[in-house]
Amino acid sequence: MKSIVIGVIGADVHAVGNKIIDYTLSNLGYNVINIGVLSSQEDFINAAIESDAELILVSSLYGHGEIDCRGMRQKCIESGIGDIFLYVGGNIVVGKQDFSEVKQRFLQMGFNRVYPPGISIDMAINDIKNDLGE
Amino acid sequence: MAKYLLIDFGSTFTKLTAVDSEIGDIFASANHFTTVDTDITIGYKNALDHLYKTIGHPVVFDRVVACSSAAGGLKMAAIGLVEELTVEAAKRVCLGAGAKVDLVFSHHLNSSEVELIKTKKIDIILLAGGSDGGNSECVLFNAKMLSNANLGIPIVYGGNKSVQDEIKSIFDQHHVNGHIVDNVMPRINQLNVKQARDKIRDLFLKNIIEAKGIKKIESEIDKVVLPTPEAVLKACELLAKGYMNEPGLGEVVVVDVGGATTDLYSISEPSKRGDVIITGLEEPYAKRTVEGDLGMRYSATGILKALTKEEIMMINLEKGIDIEKEINERNINVGMLPQNQKEELIDRLLAEMCVYKAMNRHAGKMEEIYTPMGMVHHQTGKDLTDIDIVIGTGGVIIKSTDPKQILAKTTNVFRNDFELRPRHPKFFIDSTYSLYAMGLLSEFDPVLALKIMKKHLTQV
Repeated sequence: MKSIVIGVIGADVHAVGNKIIDYTLSNLGYNVINIGVLSSQEDFINAAIESDAELILVSSLYGHGEIDCRGMRQKCIESGIGDIFLYVGGNIVVGKQDFSEVKQRFLQMGFNRVYPPGISIDMAINDIKNDLGE
Repeated sequence: MAKYLLIDFGSTFTKLTAVDSEIGDIFASANHFTTVDTDITIGYKNALDHLYKTIGHPVVFDRVVACSSAAGGLKMAAIGLVEELTVEAAKRVCLGAGAKVDLVFSHHLNSSEVELIKTKKIDIILLAGGSDGGNSECVLFNAKMLSNANLGIPIVYGGNKSVQDEIKSIFDQHHVNGHIVDNVMPRINQLNVKQARDKIRDLFLKNIIEAKGIKKIESEIDKVVLPTPEAVLKACELLAKGYMNEPGLGEVVVVDVGGATTDLYSISEPSKRGDVIITGLEEPYAKRTVEGDLGMRYSATGILKALTKEEIMMINLEKGIDIEKEINERNINVGMLPQNQKEELIDRLLAEMCVYKAMNRHAGKMEEIYTPMGMVHHQTGKDLTDIDIVIGTGGVIIKSTDPKQILAKTTNVFRNDFELRPRHPKFFIDSTYSLYAMGLLSEFDPVLALKIMKKHLTQV
């Protein structure tokens, strides 16, 4: 059973989407480690190390995702899990910005998959299956 | 009706407490220097003579049981993977089992860390790492490192259950005294104390007290049953919860300032509020923390390190003393007892600092975070704000002329609202120093132990 760490990053307390992601991925047979809301980068990384996870799925709904996610890939590398898949989704930036530019910025920050607002977890499942090889 | 003798083989003193179930109370107590370096029975027999003299005649006891923290107590190394997770979980298990955690290691061990286990004369190792089904590479590596080192001490494995079989065969191959228990952190942030703690106690009673020359006392008494700090933790838990029809006092905090360490026990739910978001590793209901750098004598220099230059200057000015000099004197002359009012005042001041700092580390923290959804309260650690009762034990508090001053330092004296310290507790002292004894007694007569404890707590 492959492990996926999920949670909501930063000072963000949006819990509903987090529960839906937990439910959906668990039903698909993944070992979901849900660290919940108000989680720091370190919380995600620590949980991924202990659980030997292959994917960290970061949610951010309150517009500060870009600041909260900066340097996360570097911290993964320092922590010995540099190869882990990093996904991010939600309302990850403030206002109505051109998403292709936003996506580019997050890819440069080392994220593997970046999802625009309004995407449900079902639409990311194919990516997860492809990336984790199942 | 029965008479019981309850003994604590402490690092400095062997303390005896005699209980009579007919009168439902302690009827005598005595102590003498612990003589574990030569022969532990000598100190015990001397204390017993004292006890008989106080009573006026020898007594036949129906049961004689002891706890021990002699010969360095139970020295443990806690090893895990990530510092905030399995390392912290392993540490809490050791502390809950009444151990002193002398070494803490995370991630892959290196040879100098293994060497430290030898030089620090560790008694038992708790090896954890990985949630169930999680990381296994690190614990396998560490198990091999420890096994190859031929340490000759018991190793308790409480890590990822998926590799229990591999770990067991590594231990077997190297003839290690290895023991497999449930994972101390089976899921992220979930703490699982019981099986590992019971195994540690078991090993303490079977191997460690034998190795330290304490077991020979069992020719004189019935049994050594617990490490002393665990006896105190049991007493605190009983005092809080009550037993059958004998009600407890509700949630309590117990403070024990000693020569080498400051121990804090909190018996309480981690939080009673519904409007906070709690993160981090699960907190135990009965929590013990030990500050090895805060103590009245052996660790007095730790107090100095915890102070800033400005604080030292302020204390010196305010109290008209040279705090650095006083602390160093106490650190060199560990047997020093206060001879005059000034020395007592300084001891009290040091105890206050130990208590303040130890509570700072024991109590949880509350952060107010402004989010686009309004302000939220974010809690880590235990919320002790509603605790009604704070109890002091240990020589410096019991013998102080103003124990309330010391115990008051558990509360929010500096109005730092982020710290979840007790807000308006009542203060008590364990005036007859009987908590350890009642922890022992609770093993076979909890109602009597509870009644005696309630009788002997003195409000200050």
